[in-house]
Amino acid sequence: MTDVAEKVIGIIAEQAVLDVEDVKPEATLEDLGIDSLGLVESIFAIEEAFDIQVPFNANEPDAGDFDISSVAAIIKAVEGLVADAA
Amino acid sequence: MKRVVITGQGTINALGANVAATKEAMREGRCGIGDLEMRDLDRLSVRIGGQIKDYDPEALFNRQQISLYDRFTQFTLISAREAIAQSGLVFSGELAARSGVVLGTSGGGMQTLDENYRSVYEDGKNRVHPFVVPKLMNNAAASHVSMEFNLKGPSFTVATACASSNHAMGQAFNMIRWGMAPVMITGGSESMLCFGGVKAWEGLRVMSRDACRPFSANRNGMVQGEGAAVFVFEEYEHAKARGAQILAEVVGFAMTSDAADIVMPSKQGAARAISGALKDARLNPEDVGYINAHGTGTAANDKVECAAVADVFGHHADELMISSTKSMHGHLIGGTGAVELLACIMALTDGVIAPTINYEEPDPECALDVVPNVARDAEVGAVLSNAFAFGGLNAVLALRKAI
Repeated sequence: MTDVAEKVIGIIAEQAVLDVEDVKPEATLEDLGIDSLGLVESIFAIEEAFDIQVPFNANEPDAGDFDISSVAAIIKAVEGLVADAA
Repeated sequence: MKRVVITGQGTINALGANVAATKEAMREGRCGIGDLEMRDLDRLSVRIGGQIKDYDPEALFNRQQISLYDRFTQFTLISAREAIAQSGLVFSGELAARSGVVLGTSGGGMQTLDENYRSVYEDGKNRVHPFVVPKLMNNAAASHVSMEFNLKGPSFTVATACASSNHAMGQAFNMIRWGMAPVMITGGSESMLCFGGVKAWEGLRVMSRDACRPFSANRNGMVQGEGAAVFVFEEYEHAKARGAQILAEVVGFAMTSDAADIVMPSKQGAARAISGALKDARLNPEDVGYINAHGTGTAANDKVECAAVADVFGHHADELMISSTKSMHGHLIGGTGAVELLACIMALTDGVIAPTINYEEPDPECALDVVPNVARDAEVGAVLSNAFAFGGLNAVLALRKAI
């Protein structure tokens, strides 16, 4: 697992109040019980952890390049943003 | 139970510095939202708002007043002066002793907070101006209105986020109705367009970066505004006895709380407030010709609000008009219901329904007559004004044509 993946899973696990092992890559945020407020808070934590800007508007969650459809998709999107920032 | 009428109105907002200019802008479907002007704008990702431009407080207030009046208080006083002048009321003796002020605001003196936090935290200053507290307190505006106009009866401030003004006007209405006061000055004000105010909203990720497009399928969030509107609510017999011009009658009010979520709206909570206002006003659903929507332009609010209206009004939901003037003046948060009541009164007095501008694509989840883009001439006998706040606090007012 990459550092980015580990950190993102840690953030999501904390938000979902789950153990890290229970956050599977294929899970959706809904599966993990993360609602719209939890999502916005997770994105904030991701931005803080990686010092990046995540393009996300709660009114159009599916718009833009940041895919939030699963844990794996989020990790991939964050890896992309981290690479762009480097 | 006494009847309550409106005998004066005043405002300043991004559409105009008084009622006539605001009504003209609403009739023309003009947009008051534009590029924000403020310090550190480059550190904001949201850079548009319904900001009052070309504003010169020195022309309206003296130096000592400016040192005591936050921008939200200034907006309130400008609006109150216009409203009370229109009413023709002068407060003295028994009338002064029993009349009061109830105003809504969410952030109160937020510009004062922002400037002084910056001064002590960023600039490292150890001393602040002596009037910081009396300037920033939420009741400052209500108190200054009471002082300027000699209103010695019940006065207070209501803070229920985006429903503050409607809750305040609801209190004023019921106080007159139950004989607690002959006249109440009411409405609301907000001035949150400062760096901290915009930054806080940015954090929630519900703001649009380009436009407020209520009910449009491509809407992408709310846009903040600033300003105030103030009204003179007066007991009907009192107004009639002095031959006052009656703009409209306030006939009903209801408030509910969702008891569910701190930010997500609830169809049931909104519907209960709307039907409660109708019941309180003894109006039938088909009596209502126009609703000024809460219509924030967020994905969640607009579809929930339309569903609530459809539930309450049934078939009549397709007959009535519902528009969101936030598309033009932005969301004035605690002052928004007050500025929106101007559109309700315009519908009753002028027979002009203010449009929802920036409407580009129909949304099947908002399939009502939202008066897209162009104002409409229509005779309406009764109107509603919706306000649904964060925290799930809903407040709906019902007005009827003056008779």
